[in-house]
Amino acid sequence: MALSRLSSRSTTLLQPLATTSLLRRRHISTDTTPITVETSLPFTSHLISPPSRAVETSSQELLSFFRDMALMRRMEIAADSLYKAKLIRGFCHLYDGQEAVAIGMEAAITKRDAIITSYRDHCTFLGRGGGLFEAFSELMGRTTGCSKGKGGSMHFYKKDASFYGGHGIVGAQVPLGCGLAFAQKYSKEEAVTFTLYGDGAANQGQLFEALNIAALWDLPAVLVCENNHYGMGTAEWRSAKSPAYFKRGDYVPGLKVDGMDALAVKQACKFAKEHALKNGPIILEMDTYRYHGHSMSDPGSTYRTRDEISGVRQVRDPIDRVRKLIIAHDIATEKELKDMEKEVRKEVDAAVAQAKESPIPEPSELFSNIYVKGFGAEVNFISPLETTLSFGADRKELRATLP
Amino acid sequence: MASLLSRFCRKLALPGSAHGSRMTSTTACGSETVKSLNLYSAINQALHIALETDPRSYVFGEDVGFGGVFRCTTGLAERFGKNRVFNTPLCEQGIVGFGIGLAAMGNRAVVEIQVADYIYPAFDQIVNEAAKFRYRSGNQFNCGGLTIRAPYGAVGHGGHYHSQSPEAFFCHVPGIKVVIPRSPREAKGLLLSSIRDPNPVVFFEPKWLYRQAVEEVPEHDYMIPLSQAEIIREGSDITLVGWGAQLTVMEQACLDAEKEGISCELIDLKTLLPWDKETVEASVKKTGRLLISHEAPITGGFGAEISATILERCFLKLEAPVSRVCGLDTPFPLVFEPFYMPTKNKASSSSSLSSPSKTHIF
Repeated sequence: MALSRLSSRSTTLLQPLATTSLLRRRHISTDTTPITVETSLPFTSHLISPPSRAVETSSQELLSFFRDMALMRRMEIAADSLYKAKLIRGFCHLYDGQEAVAIGMEAAITKRDAIITSYRDHCTFLGRGGGLFEAFSELMGRTTGCSKGKGGSMHFYKKDASFYGGHGIVGAQVPLGCGLAFAQKYSKEEAVTFTLYGDGAANQGQLFEALNIAALWDLPAVLVCENNHYGMGTAEWRSAKSPAYFKRGDYVPGLKVDGMDALAVKQACKFAKEHALKNGPIILEMDTYRYHGHSMSDPGSTYRTRDEISGVRQVRDPIDRVRKLIIAHDIATEKELKDMEKEVRKEVDAAVAQAKESPIPEPSELFSNIYVKGFGAEVNFISPLETTLSFGADRKELRATLP
Repeated sequence: MASLLSRFCRKLALPGSAHGSRMTSTTACGSETVKSLNLYSAINQALHIALETDPRSYVFGEDVGFGGVFRCTTGLAERFGKNRVFNTPLCEQGIVGFGIGLAAMGNRAVVEIQVADYIYPAFDQIVNEAAKFRYRSGNQFNCGGLTIRAPYGAVGHGGHYHSQSPEAFFCHVPGIKVVIPRSPREAKGLLLSSIRDPNPVVFFEPKWLYRQAVEEVPEHDYMIPLSQAEIIREGSDITLVGWGAQLTVMEQACLDAEKEGISCELIDLKTLLPWDKETVEASVKKTGRLLISHEAPITGGFGAEISATILERCFLKLEAPVSRVCGLDTPFPLVFEPFYMPTKNKASSSSSLSSPSKTHIF
């Protein structure tokens, strides 16, 4: 219905644009003519005037949002299957549903701004420019992974894109993030640090310590609470006296953002970056949702109803939202978007296949990077055995010669 | 592994078994019923009994309400109510501090730290508050009713933060006790003793054994005394000391060594702080050799303390240096876990166990 109304309008006003975009629809649009979209929800703010609801975007940006989010979604689903096939071991925390936060943030910042997050980091890594092959390799513990296979799912890093990972202990990354911000301010880098944490971590004491320091010293730190409403299996109202996480900074201003709307996220992050560079820390609460459980060992349905999950998927899914925008603005057809998704799927499958062929790290890597080499801290391996016989995670025999 | 484990555990259950285990538990014979339980069920039973027998006892921690991520607290909230069994937010330091306060008012606070790797935010509270409360107040106050339970140890795929064995950090703190059970029956008795002990106790549960270890556990209320080591296998050639899940690995090494004619005496320390020096000393004076094994990294691990003490007490009786077969000095690895672990191969091939007859006397 909306489409027909728009197309009749386009015949009178936007026809030139429509015909040129018809030619460009075979690949991602390079049209950067600004389009203004209003966010679906207004921003709620604490101690600050919220930014405008009107967000400037373009066809190119919207299409890249769609493609990148579809890529992230596909990657997480592929990781799900790999975990069930026991190719990924240990822990695996999936981000599907929350893609808009990663994508919107990237659109507002540069690679010189730092990002640090918790263990739900696969998509953040991708957003920072990480490759699918590195991601899948790391998940499967292969040497071609971004952390050489030594970190696993929870420990993705990308130094050249200022992505500081990837942390297993809940909330421990927040003081770190404030430290990064201090370094940026000290070096006059005109860059900020986005420190991400969840609604569960919001109750950690170290967060408030870090917040106080950041506010005291006016650090360019943006604290982003990815509120997916469940800390593992505990709903926010059962763990926090005040689930208004954007207000918990007390003397630190905050903004509540619809985390399923990539454009709202982009607007908020842009606003936050400007604020942090001038005035010090700010808290962003992203109202988002994860479709999967906390990790792969959590079905995700014992503490919330399936109706709730499917309800969010139908009404608030970030990819569908961008899809509708793209179609409404005549940037691409439904079929073209579906083709893009198919392409993305092939890309992910290819990366998985390639990663599966990668080797596992050499046994000597067990001892590398504990200390810096050459400073007298060679690890003593106490055993007369040169070759160790052991059993790997897949129950197959593993023989290795340890140094 | 599982069949070996169950065989091992079943052996322990038989009173007066062939290995001559000196049962120090207060199990009544014959009249009391036993039930085949795994570790988490035994712990669960202990908690039920603890809450039943003391109306001023509480169980709290992250996610304990629905039964806990390892099912150790199943049924407690339903039976004793949400005022006694409740969830806390995600803040270990806050949880333990809160527990200390509750205990200081004369209550029994049984705190659960979801995984031992997460205990570090609470380290200050345990070391500086809990351990020193009675001492610095001149016995006016104490938090003896505090028991902190945490699943520890490798689980096969736990990686850096679901596999650590932090017992050594806590053994360095006078004022608290550190207890580690090896099996379901031990766990129930030791946990009840720990909860009722008038000192704060840190109770580490080997998470690998939560489902793997199955044993006949008496259903009644019984306690196993703290600070008493148990000789679970008698021998004459070498003494092996360990705790927790590592004992099953050492048992396998003992069986292997037996085939070569080496008679091994295996001791379960049970309580690491304060530890039963007399039992270990007597055993080493008999055998002349000692091998200690633990999952935690070797440098600064609790094996070092045992080694130093035994050296002081048994120097002239030792026929070989004290051997330690432990985890490597690396962060607990992800893919390399099989190489990090002190497996039975490493134990078997350690110089003490492989050919004691050939070792020179120093």
